[in-house]
Amino acid sequence: MVQIKRLQEADAEIIALIGEIDASSSIDLDLAIAKSVGEGFKKILVDCHALEYISSAGLGVFMSYIEELREKNIYMVLFGLKEKVANTFEILGLAGLLHIRENKMEALKLAHELSV
Amino acid sequence: MFKSKALIRLAFLGSAVAWVILLFSDITVLFSSLQGLQPDVPEWLPRLMLAFFVVCLFYYYKLRIERDDTLNFTDLLWKVFATGLITTIISLVLRLLVFLLGNTVLATNVVFTDFIYQINLALLVNFLLAALVSWKRLILYQKSKWLLRAWLAFDVMLLTILVYDTIGSPILYSLRLVVNIILGALLLILSANMRWVAYLNFKQKWTSLLLLLLVFFYLFYFFYSVESGSEIIAKTSSAFLDFRNHLFIIFLALFIIVYGVFSFLVILFNLPTSSVFEQKLEEVVNYQRISQSIQTEQDEESVYNILLESSVSSVFADAAWLEITRVNNEQKIYTYRISEQESKNIREHLEKNQVKGILDTGSEKTKNLSKYLGSLKTSRFRSILAFPIMVKEETIGTLALLKELPDGFNKEMTRIISTFANQAGISIENFRLLEEAFQHARYKEELKIAKTVQQSLLPTKLEQDNDFEVVAFSASADEVGGDYYDTLRIDAHTVALIIADVSGKGTTAAFHMSQMKGIFHSLAQQHLDPKEFMQRSNQALTYCLERNSFISASFFIIDTQQKNIRYSRAGHCPVLYMQAGQNHSYYLKDRGAALGMVRSREYNNHIETNEISYQPGDIMVLYTDGITEAKNAKGEEFGNDRLALALNEKATASAKEIEDYIIKQLYAFTGTQNINDDYTSMTVKFKT
Repeated sequence: MVQIKRLQEADAEIIALIGEIDASSSIDLDLAIAKSVGEGFKKILVDCHALEYISSAGLGVFMSYIEELREKNIYMVLFGLKEKVANTFEILGLAGLLHIRENKMEALKLAHELSV
Repeated sequence: MFKSKALIRLAFLGSAVAWVILLFSDITVLFSSLQGLQPDVPEWLPRLMLAFFVVCLFYYYKLRIERDDTLNFTDLLWKVFATGLITTIISLVLRLLVFLLGNTVLATNVVFTDFIYQINLALLVNFLLAALVSWKRLILYQKSKWLLRAWLAFDVMLLTILVYDTIGSPILYSLRLVVNIILGALLLILSANMRWVAYLNFKQKWTSLLLLLLVFFYLFYFFYSVESGSEIIAKTSSAFLDFRNHLFIIFLALFIIVYGVFSFLVILFNLPTSSVFEQKLEEVVNYQRISQSIQTEQDEESVYNILLESSVSSVFADAAWLEITRVNNEQKIYTYRISEQESKNIREHLEKNQVKGILDTGSEKTKNLSKYLGSLKTSRFRSILAFPIMVKEETIGTLALLKELPDGFNKEMTRIISTFANQAGISIENFRLLEEAFQHARYKEELKIAKTVQQSLLPTKLEQDNDFEVVAFSASADEVGGDYYDTLRIDAHTVALIIADVSGKGTTAAFHMSQMKGIFHSLAQQHLDPKEFMQRSNQALTYCLERNSFISASFFIIDTQQKNIRYSRAGHCPVLYMQAGQNHSYYLKDRGAALGMVRSREYNNHIETNEISYQPGDIMVLYTDGITEAKNAKGEEFGNDRLALALNEKATASAKEIEDYIIKQLYAFTGTQNINDDYTSMTVKFKT
């Protein structure tokens, strides 16, 4: 089960993921990102502080947006990944395709730099 | 069935024989007395025969009428009426005959009069007995223990009187009084049982009244006939069977008349209220229809239609509509004698008047909105009643009933419709639950198929070599994943190995797994560089995989001539490797994105070929994340460390033994045979 919170900070959208993302809850993640994209945010930060686990289905959701975000010039940065979660991204090779930072500050900074 | 038919015939025959004997013995007795002779037959014979005749005929009707379950109330009355009709016709024919004979000797002969009188009496008794059996059925409809006892007492009393009549001995006046009082009391008690009247509908009530009237007419006619007959005979001689001395017949007739009159009056007074009863009955039937709609193979749609129909007919609404939100959030409106536009107007009008939360689906209470309707001049309706339809405490729709009259709905109607609405809600909830159960069953069936497919895609035999041995293990979870492994010999000294994990579960995963197998078998043969293999696989899969699906894979080419392994890791779990002579294993860290992650030429930049040389005794363990992510009861994962440790502990054993040990450790760790994700591993050991 996952709890997803969306909040806006300046011109950036922050999606906070709390709990575990498996095959069924990956749909919620998909919806959340789709909404943020649909509402026209150019900077999307994904807060993974409280993300305990992510299954391949959840990773598939992130993967599926890579192309779309690039085309629309939207910058998504993940931050605060737990070691285990980060490892999952790493093994799959997603780490090289997504922007991942340590904390929110750095994530915001990167988003700003990219959008300039 | 045969037995009862035979009994009916026997009873009829018995009564016929008894009557013939009765007729002739009575005539003989009368004739003898007229001539002043001693009769050839005993004087008590006619009385005995009458009793016999009564008993036989009683059983005849009992068998015919009481056992027939198909008869309803009007049928019963009709039977009595028909019996009466036939007997009256026979009697009238006789009367005509007497009339035609005029003042001839025969017509004035007392013996002939007795003959006619006896026939009429038999017809009367016949009619009375038919009525008695029918009345019994009417009285005993909805019987209680007490009622049955009362009837039994009544039967016994009747029989006693009959016996007394037959013996003909005089009885004490006081005793007779007691008997009369008891009989009178029983008669009144029994006559008070009129429950059957309530079950007649309006038309049946009228029919019953008419039939009862005719029954009275017959009775009076017969009494007139036998009375006048016995009067004439009695003038000449008293030596005949005078029914006026026969208590049984008189009492029986009294009973038939009293109950008949009671019934007549009760039916008459019930006439005005019968429509109410009918309406109630219809409500019950409608209610049943709604609750039973779940049992038949009807769908939600028909529940809505039944609800609409039943509600309208129960409260005599002039129009109605039902607005429903379907499972797929689609709005649907069912109407009855009102156009969708008209209902829309009313809804809009109510909204304009700030009647919040009533017709919209957020309402939870039944409300009478009639007062708001008064201001809508364009509408022909003056009363409206709205009800929510609830499923799992959530309002899924609104039922609105309309009348052209102002204040057209009373409290009673509100209650009925709210019961209907509740029942419809329950039915719909049941439908949805059933539907879910079906979906679930279908999904399970699909998984079974997927599992079979997945199993059949895995190789039954792995490629072996003089230089190394290879074994594999696979256990699939209920919710099938898409783990795949395979081997292929390219030439005498090169063998290709693959292990892959398709994201997602179920049939799609099994389907992608089969694609991966196809790709492996066609590309691996071409002896491609591992990176090139991945590059081409990615290209091939770009158009097959869904947007959010990918496949992680590791591809190896073992060259036994060069003694090296060239491999490429596309997002798959890192290989666990152990060099001979070392006492600990390690994971091969390298770069590589899963297949489908980058769906363009760009993928080239995310994949690489690695090469390592192997020594005899080296061990390589390939596995899927189902193994490393397997959890124990505390929620801890088996993890890379435990996997490496298991290998370390068995480094000197054969490939098969190593694998068995790892799997044993894995199950020991999780403590259960139930697995959440497929366990797949392939172990390669280079021979020393």
